[in-house]
Amino acid sequence: MSNTAKSLAVAGAVAAALTAASTIPAAAATKEKCYGVSLAGQNDCAAGPGTTCAGTSTVDYQGNAWTLVDAGTCEGLELPAQADGSARSGSLEPLERDLPA
Amino acid sequence: MSVTQADFTRAMMDAGQAVPDGLTDHLAQPAGRRFSVYRNNVAVSLTEAMHSAFPVIAKLLGKQNMDGLAGIYLRQHPPSSPLMMFYGAHFPEFLEGMEQLKHLGYLGDTARLELALRRAYHAADAAPIAPEALGALTPDALMNTRLALAPAVQVLRSPWPVHGLWRYNTEDGAPKPEPQAQDVLITRPEFDPIPQVLPPGGAVWIRALMGGAAIGEALEQAAAEDETFDLGATLALLLQGGAITGLDSKG
Repeated sequence: MSNTAKSLAVAGAVAAALTAASTIPAAAATKEKCYGVSLAGQNDCAAGPGTTCAGTSTVDYQGNAWTLVDAGTCEGLELPAQADGSARSGSLEPLERDLPA
Repeated sequence: MSVTQADFTRAMMDAGQAVPDGLTDHLAQPAGRRFSVYRNNVAVSLTEAMHSAFPVIAKLLGKQNMDGLAGIYLRQHPPSSPLMMFYGAHFPEFLEGMEQLKHLGYLGDTARLELALRRAYHAADAAPIAPEALGALTPDALMNTRLALAPAVQVLRSPWPVHGLWRYNTEDGAPKPEPQAQDVLITRPEFDPIPQVLPPGGAVWIRALMGGAAIGEALEQAAAEDETFDLGATLALLLQGGAITGLDSKG
């Protein structure tokens, strides 16, 4: 292949990559941090040992523990009502409810 | 007589050694039992660290085997840094050196993938380029352009289906791994590292870029390894992963 043909082939591959990158959603569908929805000990974090973030929530639906969910779904997650009967929902900000005693 | 740091450390990592002479508590009483408690805590906490560092290896081997291996490992390779999130850097070679695990040849590379995921998680943030910046270059300029990659980018080559093994053991309902070699690219487009299988030649191309080669030079190296190398598919993975952080077309 001549140099011109090579660079045209590369330009073609780059164009294909740009199209693929813009049309196929990234492997990770966009996620958001959702507070107050994870069960005790099951909050997310891939940080490894010596860190305190993963699996440290101690009560179900702990308000200040988060888990990653698909973007746009956090506040619509259906959760059981609280003990006093008031509704529970996820939040993009840390919550004051269901904190460990 | 006081205890040297070397004696203390040696006894710390080997329960078969006697408690060093001369240890005292705040009331100047002998502190031998306290030392034993401390020695036990060190071993138990490092064993726990190994479980959270290598969840897939722990799952493949079972808790009891993992406890036993961690016990040997932590004595051969005590932490050399207070950054516990990077503990276990020698574990892949350690696993490959265990005679009893020789029939599980994929353990070493599986541990390498778990280490690479953690390195990617803790790597510095970097803002990706707008993909259009690549499209704006002329074909000749593209060939001579160097790409800067995000610190989170990791490439792992393996003769084993490491990505398939990792998925099968971390994701509910993931397909069983097929026996095949897999090269893996890790990017971190948002919060968590994402491992993906690279097409043939992709790992060579990205490693050449990391080594400072321009797109054209890296392409020749990749095509020499596998003539079916798909530049478009490999570049798309980098773009989707937010892995390209700079373009240098000066040559």
